[in-house]
Amino acid sequence: MRDSRRTRAVLVVLLLASLTLIALNGNSGPGRELRSAAGAVFGPVQRVAASAFRPIHNFFGGIGKNDQAKIDALEKENDALRLAERSSQYAQCRAGELDALLRIAGLGQYTIKAAQVIAVGPRQGFAWTAEIDAGALDGLKVGMTVINGDGLVGRLKTVSGSTSTVLLTIDPSFNVGARVEKSIEIGFVGGEGTDPMQVQMLSGQAVLKPGDRLVTDTRAGSTFAGGIPIGSLLEVRGTVGSQTRYATLKPYVNFTSLDVVGVIVLDPRTDPRDSVLPPKPTPGAAPVSVTCGSPSVSVAANPPAAPSTSPSPSHTP
Amino acid sequence: MTYGRVLLVALLLATAAVVQTAVLSRIPFPDATPDLVLLVVAALALVQGPTRGAVIGFAGGLLLDVVPPADGAVGRWALVLCLVGWFVGRASDAVEGSVVLPLLIVAGAAIAGLAGYAVVGWLIGDVRVIGSTATTVLPVAVLYDILLSPFVVPLVMALARRFEVTTTYARTIR
Repeated sequence: MRDSRRTRAVLVVLLLASLTLIALNGNSGPGRELRSAAGAVFGPVQRVAASAFRPIHNFFGGIGKNDQAKIDALEKENDALRLAERSSQYAQCRAGELDALLRIAGLGQYTIKAAQVIAVGPRQGFAWTAEIDAGALDGLKVGMTVINGDGLVGRLKTVSGSTSTVLLTIDPSFNVGARVEKSIEIGFVGGEGTDPMQVQMLSGQAVLKPGDRLVTDTRAGSTFAGGIPIGSLLEVRGTVGSQTRYATLKPYVNFTSLDVVGVIVLDPRTDPRDSVLPPKPTPGAAPVSVTCGSPSVSVAANPPAAPSTSPSPSHTP
Repeated sequence: MTYGRVLLVALLLATAAVVQTAVLSRIPFPDATPDLVLLVVAALALVQGPTRGAVIGFAGGLLLDVVPPADGAVGRWALVLCLVGWFVGRASDAVEGSVVLPLLIVAGAAIAGLAGYAVVGWLIGDVRVIGSTATTVLPVAVLYDILLSPFVVPLVMALARRFEVTTTYARTIR
């Protein structure tokens, strides 16, 4: 088909429109309204699609190179579990996830709205986002913290009527103020995709060691609720007294199998500080994390959190 | 454009967007998710030509930019898919009657589209566009698109052709 002037004119107009949209991005641009409107229109359809295909997702859950350790552990289970009816197991598993979420909310006195993940952003979009089935009609607002039974999941980026988009902690543009357990050392934690998260402490004198656990902190100027477990340190760089202290962090949450999450709609009156962290595991024991990503069994054991030897579960080999 | 054709295109793009975000993304394909909207845009452009292909690409890209859980600058996919639709549409005459050629062209469109999206992100200063992510994720995404195209592309092209005026006379006066 030969190019006509009309074809080129149409192309130029469309390209200019796209570039204008890109240039107008920001808090005052049309992008946010467009996203809210699209969420209002497509959100209900996505919810229906997600619930209709949930049996398929459940069937495929856990099959991936990230979950090889889980698969090995599961093969040791007895056959009776595999023969049990899959949908009732999944229901039990999700009840377990909700249980863990409510426990963490109770410990920290967070007022939460529970929601389910119905869509996830593609990796080739370079952004780490997820869509949940709660929105402005449920009292959610942009900026609210999102957690699950394991710890910090992210914060709300866009809110529509009945769905919202969560920016996950491992997104490279994500930052949160954090504090080391049992101390007053505060710093910032940033996402790095599948690589371990980056930690930068405010004080060069901070004493850090691998295995230290970090929780969110409201004093570092963040808008997050305080006291939410983020992860444990993997590797610490620099020495005490150097200008800056950097470390890498393995998050507690397994981002490849998010299902039930809670949005903190009301912060607790007082900062829970370290009370939400689980009791420190004894050396050699594997910490348990409740996820429904595996095809059977409600609790999957994470690899033991041995400092500096085990990669994070979502680390791509 | 007749109303039937516009409705079909809108329906196909909307369905592809919902399936890509809410269904395909939840199946744990390692590293990437198939770009169903890109495949649909390319298939439609192969039937409809460059002008309509550009418009369809723009519409499909805009959908991808705003449908949850999208994040980042709105307009990036609109820009990339508009160009993809135009380039692929220019080959719409050449693929008449061929079975393999559309799939090859769509594979090329997938590579160009994904690479283009990464480049646009990098040019506007998106901190998320990291080289390590690009080199591990993009080839896998292209692979999934190539694997999915024999199922999606012929179906969409057949659907679109049913709404086309296919006489040679009509084409020469368009």
